[in-house]
Amino acid sequence: MSDPAATTPLPGDRPGQTPAGQQAGTARPFPAAGNITDAEREELRRHGILMTSLEELYGWGRSNSIWPLQFGLACCAIEMIAAATARFDIARFGAEIFRPSPRQADLMIVSGTVTKKMAPQVVRLWNQMPEPKYCIAMGACAISGGPFKQGYNVLKGIDRFIPVDIYIPGCPPRPEALLNGLIQLQAKIKGEKLTGPDAARFTRPEEPSEFPIPEYGAHDLVPPKNTAVWSPPSAPGKA
Amino acid sequence: METIEQIRDRLVARFPAARVELVTNPGPAAEHSLLLDAAHAHDLAVFLRDDPALRLDYCSNVTGVDWPDKEITDVTKTTVPDPAGGQPKIVEQKTTRLQPGCLEVVYHLYSMALKHGPVIIRLRTANRSDQVTLPSLTPVWRACDFQEREVYDLYGIVFSRHPDLRRILMWDEFKDHPMRKDYVEPDDYEWEPTAHGAVAEKHKAHLPPPAATPEAKP
Repeated sequence: MSDPAATTPLPGDRPGQTPAGQQAGTARPFPAAGNITDAEREELRRHGILMTSLEELYGWGRSNSIWPLQFGLACCAIEMIAAATARFDIARFGAEIFRPSPRQADLMIVSGTVTKKMAPQVVRLWNQMPEPKYCIAMGACAISGGPFKQGYNVLKGIDRFIPVDIYIPGCPPRPEALLNGLIQLQAKIKGEKLTGPDAARFTRPEEPSEFPIPEYGAHDLVPPKNTAVWSPPSAPGKA
Repeated sequence: METIEQIRDRLVARFPAARVELVTNPGPAAEHSLLLDAAHAHDLAVFLRDDPALRLDYCSNVTGVDWPDKEITDVTKTTVPDPAGGQPKIVEQKTTRLQPGCLEVVYHLYSMALKHGPVIIRLRTANRSDQVTLPSLTPVWRACDFQEREVYDLYGIVFSRHPDLRRILMWDEFKDHPMRKDYVEPDDYEWEPTAHGAVAEKHKAHLPPPAATPEAKP
């Protein structure tokens, strides 16, 4: 953070990074940190003046204190545990407080195979988490069913029932991969707006916070997927 | 330890009413097994457990097997002498018969006391549909409890006298038995980015009709 050249712009549109003239047309009632460029802000920072917006400060604070849910499903959970140990030390990113209660958690790391028998419980835990909440699908199984995709008892990805923010591939992913996913999630949180038309999902009351819990049916879960959350991509096979 | 034939002979001598067959394994492992009479299975199992020469006190594994109906073609060769005095003709006659299927459960028994084993015993149901009850051996070997529940869950074999026969892996509302050969799985093949083989065939039903896709090359 000390080297100004190392701060590269994020893919998300942080308001301070764009010159004021380009923002003229868009409706932005909350000009974050004033309409100054990054270079001007960096110049001010060198002179000991820190300019920021409440939105950025809020995102910065939230992104550096993500409390994950202490919840593991399969072998990916072992890697998640390893990420919390001294060797990999997820505490460096402020996410070391694994909460045993969904009421106190910000992040659900779906670490492992979600069987159809377990899927209702995963959705129920997600529903019990307060907003703002985020979901990481860790490993091939949580993303798509992985090596068990064609099994009769494995859900083909947790994103069939709850929205997923970050997908971490791997079987299982290394702890470094989980840390990278966490850093990606931090970048996403830092880029979230609190107001305006592109405000974050949790600020909009019309966006659902709870999702229907599937029931155990005679042959499969009922419904087998939540079509409001997931639908097969439009061009199958052209991935 | 006695050979499996000796064990069978002793069982037959001790229980004359019971039917005990030797099922040979033609593979190199040659792990032959005993097919027990389901009606006398409990008594036979108690004998195997308590006999001082065997003392098979540990059941390490319980497995289910589904044998579907099988069509067998028998070829009978008959030699017909040529009336003209030439080479006799060999006439092949093929007859097909239907071998009815069954469900089978296999127990692997060891002796912790005498350090020998395994002795493998099998039980078979009468058919695959309505007569699927077998006697539970959980009263004989306590270790069979969960494994018989698993066989019940995945194969649908009902174990009578089992102390707690419930599904163990699938949920209670589930109706099918997924390890049976005729199990029909739910059709959730709508998104298969790397499909091949049988999965690709199932995925085809979810693809848009071919008329909708433009031709790639003239």
